[in-house]
Amino acid sequence: MSEWGLTVAFYSLATITVASAIGVVRKSNLVHSALLLALCFVGVSGLYVLLHAEFLAAVQLLIYSGAVAVIMVLGIMLTQRSNMNDTNPSNDRSRWAVAICGMFTLVTLSVIATTPWHYSIAMTIEDSAPVIARVLLTEYMIAFEATAVLLLAAMVGAIVLAKGVEDK
Amino acid sequence: MIGLVHYLTVGALLFTIGLYGVLTKRNIVAMLMSIELMLNAVNINLVAFSHFITPELLTGQVFALFTISVAASEVAVGLALVFRVYHDRNTVYADRLNWLRW
Repeated sequence: MSEWGLTVAFYSLATITVASAIGVVRKSNLVHSALLLALCFVGVSGLYVLLHAEFLAAVQLLIYSGAVAVIMVLGIMLTQRSNMNDTNPSNDRSRWAVAICGMFTLVTLSVIATTPWHYSIAMTIEDSAPVIARVLLTEYMIAFEATAVLLLAAMVGAIVLAKGVEDK
Repeated sequence: MIGLVHYLTVGALLFTIGLYGVLTKRNIVAMLMSIELMLNAVNINLVAFSHFITPELLTGQVFALFTISVAASEVAVGLALVFRVYHDRNTVYADRLNWLRW
């Protein structure tokens, strides 16, 4: 892709991602928030494609936009009874939150702007999925197995929590 | 020319929006959504570092995979807790869960 096309793609994807994320925290209808969250995940996976991480983009689409967003909608449907119009209210501390978030953004952006980044001159690996598979099963074997055990424990724990313990 | 700084800026903005949501939302499901936004911001940063700083190692992409699996298990356990609290207390608002308060 040409340089100009990459720039246009980056700015449109970044706009979609940030705008839908703002919609997630600003909408008063929780179902609209969940749908905008799915849109935000799609935008993030587009950014991954621009960064030559196609495998991660596919994982992002499958797990986040597919599973997580659907589970969120399921949770909303099971815990809200009446109409959905005002199901996502804010509390009365939004002024403090704006101050804290503004300071956080200022500090982070100034650190990003003033750090001397050392760019690598090596080329990005074109076909990344086999390399990720090999690295996962050699260098990061322990972390991989720990993550597998964590996922299993989380799934069993979620089932037990949601089902509840029977009273005698 | 789109460089590392652009991607880090998008990540910082997304993280700030998620932080704002965690601080201001009353609904627990909305707070979980904001945590997901923050985890996605971290993932953008990891993949951008992997692309621009160490493109031959792919460490950032591997860690982004770990983050995604941890986020998936977090959503599962979090929503199970929400179901439990809703079943017991009939509410999903965080400021009504105050029975540990003096």
